[in-house]
Amino acid sequence: MSTAPLRLTVNGTVHTVRSSPDTPLLYVLRDEIGLRGPRFGCGLSQCGACIVHLGGAAVRSCTVLVSTVGDRPVTTLEGLGAGGRLHPVQQAFIDEQATQCGYCVNGWIMAAAALLDRTPRPTDAEVRTGLQGLVCRCGAHMRMFRAVRRAAEARR
Amino acid sequence: MGGYSSRTLSRRAFLRTSGAVVVAFGIPPVLGPWDGAAAAPSGPAVRGAGGIDSWLAIAQDGGVTVFTDKVELGMGVSTAFAQIVAEELDVPVASVSVVMGDTALTPDQGGVGGSTSISVGAVPVRQAAAEGRRVLLELASARLGAPVDRLTVQNGVVRRADDPAKSVSYGDLIGGRRFDVTLASLGSTGTNAAGAARPKPPGQYKVVGTAVPRADIPPKVAGRFAYVVDVQVPGMVHGRVVRPPVPGARLVRIEDAQGLPGVIKVVTKDNFVGVVAETEWTAIQAARRLAVTWSTSDARWPAMADLYAVMWTMSPTIRRVTAETGDINAALAAAARTLDARYEWPFQSHAMMGPACAVADVRAGGATIWSGTQHPHQLQRGIAELLDLPAERVHVVWVEGSGSYGRAGSDDAAGDAAVLSQATGRPVRVQWTRADETGWDPKGPPVVMAVRAGLDAQGGVTAWDYVARGFSGSGTSPNPSTAGALLVGQLMGRPVSGGDFPPPLQESYVFAAKRVIGEVVPWPQEASPLRTSNLRAPSQPATTFGSESFVDEVASAVRADPVQFRLRYLHDPRHVAVVRAAAEKAGWVPRPSPRRDAPRSGLAVGRGIAYAPRNNTVVATVAEVEVNQATGEVRVTRLVIAHDCGLIINPDGLRGTIEANLIQSMSRALKEEVRFDRSGVTSVDWRTYPVLMAQEAPDAIDIVLINHVDLPPSGAGEPASVATAPAIANAIFDATGARVRTAPFTPERVKAALARRAS
Repeated sequence: MSTAPLRLTVNGTVHTVRSSPDTPLLYVLRDEIGLRGPRFGCGLSQCGACIVHLGGAAVRSCTVLVSTVGDRPVTTLEGLGAGGRLHPVQQAFIDEQATQCGYCVNGWIMAAAALLDRTPRPTDAEVRTGLQGLVCRCGAHMRMFRAVRRAAEARR
Repeated sequence: MGGYSSRTLSRRAFLRTSGAVVVAFGIPPVLGPWDGAAAAPSGPAVRGAGGIDSWLAIAQDGGVTVFTDKVELGMGVSTAFAQIVAEELDVPVASVSVVMGDTALTPDQGGVGGSTSISVGAVPVRQAAAEGRRVLLELASARLGAPVDRLTVQNGVVRRADDPAKSVSYGDLIGGRRFDVTLASLGSTGTNAAGAARPKPPGQYKVVGTAVPRADIPPKVAGRFAYVVDVQVPGMVHGRVVRPPVPGARLVRIEDAQGLPGVIKVVTKDNFVGVVAETEWTAIQAARRLAVTWSTSDARWPAMADLYAVMWTMSPTIRRVTAETGDINAALAAAARTLDARYEWPFQSHAMMGPACAVADVRAGGATIWSGTQHPHQLQRGIAELLDLPAERVHVVWVEGSGSYGRAGSDDAAGDAAVLSQATGRPVRVQWTRADETGWDPKGPPVVMAVRAGLDAQGGVTAWDYVARGFSGSGTSPNPSTAGALLVGQLMGRPVSGGDFPPPLQESYVFAAKRVIGEVVPWPQEASPLRTSNLRAPSQPATTFGSESFVDEVASAVRADPVQFRLRYLHDPRHVAVVRAAAEKAGWVPRPSPRRDAPRSGLAVGRGIAYAPRNNTVVATVAEVEVNQATGEVRVTRLVIAHDCGLIINPDGLRGTIEANLIQSMSRALKEEVRFDRSGVTSVDWRTYPVLMAQEAPDAIDIVLINHVDLPPSGAGEPASVATAPAIANAIFDATGARVRTAPFTPERVKAALARRAS
């Protein structure tokens, strides 16, 4: 095991990590760096509440060991927007009022942003397929689907 | 990053500036302007419900702060409160901040439950705001030299009608000072209050009834919102709990945790085991690795497969007749024809998205608890008893958690954190694991139902005999005001506090002879992962499943259209209206079920309706389904609901809540069943306790809102969940002729029902 401290680039800022290398990324982001976007839902990669972008891909940070991140940049919900503006998906979630409690919303927004990067004009079916594997216990699905479609329109 | 201070906000802080105080300070119960600064030292709190000052404060800048014990569960109630107060005071809704659920700041309104936050909880707030406006106008009258009836108010500024240049703002009139006006208390709980002023008649409403966007959504989607899981207190460490593998097992031995670096302490109290560590990950690993020896247990459950049969063999501890008309036995004996059926509803979990979380800071002088509880003042008493402190030394600060839908794990986690903090002398944050939450939350109880109907020679219903039998809906009290209501208390041997709550049915069918009975059969609660308590619209989705499915069975037996059949026996105009409105919106074509051309194989489509009142709200739901008769899979393609909850405060917030409620109740109808074996609950994550996922959501949900401005608001958090399961079951029957009488309607159960069809 290397004794050199781990370094992590999160939302454009480099952090030195004190946590042990076997710590899942989620706890480093929340407890060490103090971020609130990614949240603990299951610790099992089943729900998506902890999703972050790692090198541009949506991953579940509850099961990614911090030692495996390397120099891939980490983007969280807090860093998703650019130039002081919200990401179109975030704005669309406001416009559609697309949450109930919102505990899960990080996962849906982060997964939807990655989906729209891959598939800028998804069909309704592609939105649902692309967001399969995310839990929203309150049941805000219909509004979240509408928000993702609205965001896709806004990015044209 | 914003750290949390454990200091308490004082009411004086709210009087000095507007509610913008709170966010930078870090305690999120205040909703409203989200970027602000300033903190304040502790000060005396205003308690009770006696005066305007208990409910609202106006700062020098005109900002209005509302204080309520009702808390936000993700349905937009905080925004609705802001609208109600803005309406009565004539101030901009954006200037209103809402402080929720802080035992040092907010009056005790009994906590949240039963969809009553607006219908009951907002009543004194509305009264206080109306009275506040009256007082402010009197002050303005003296200041401006004009009688009150010659004054106008807009955006918190009072003007002379004859000389609008002469004006004074609310902030100038009273900013930073108390009203010191007493409100008369209505009722014994002190949660209602009335002043000399009358609230505005709904005809004058400009803010209430409009789609004001929710104040909490922008910070939530930006990652700025602080949930209870985000609370950080200086010196805070992390705790996790270790539960007995078998309910009733006793702690025998625990191995030393010396080998685990970073562990501060392994805490045991009777059969409660927890571990406290410097970091969250260390606490998680330590809890997993801790070698604990437990005794065997004498606790005995029936096998899961035998549960419903066993329930019917048990002797009820309570039998409540909730409706009785005519002589039911004579009517059944005289009937030309009788029908009967039995229905079954399983244990279900709240399965909160975010497992329960709390932070406790217990010191010699007292305790501060940050919790996502639905009952801040009640939790204050329960924690006080648990820690052996006077209640006034315990400060409970509600911080929004994950949507909880009733008595989930939040109160228990608060108890865990309190015990661990007391044992270590450090502020301790506890978040449950997924298995803790889905496995160990108090469960919605199973219900079995038996229904009989008697028909005359013309097919008219002459007798209706309904019995629902369940484990108590409050075997573990939803009210956490004793140590024994908390899981940790139960593990420490405190007597369980709970009561008998029979499964309630609400419907208004008029039959010549009718009897409705709710029964409770006993079920062990103590430190059990199958202890029972409130889950959204407690037991009503179950009881309505039995009742509305059987209504459909009888309609089919007499070859009547399900809508027309219901209208034959419903007389309450609001109940009739929702049934008609839902059918009309759905494009319902009258005909009996099942459809005549129902195919015996392949894909079958059908529609079903069900209706239910819940207290003074009433809904009717139509489901359209596709049944894959080869696999038994049911796809709900469309849901239509007509929803009447009296006066609507915020139609968009209401639609969002109804839509989500329909999805969640669809999930409960199709998928959700707590699984258990003799050792405990085995459905402990999203794979073993699956809920509805994106691809299973309907293609469309159509909502018809019936707004009764002439009626008070009557609650919307629960009612839309009540009629979904029977509407789906009735649609499956319409499509296929197969009747599912056990929820959830899994492919296996649907296939079994298809196989039972008469050939």
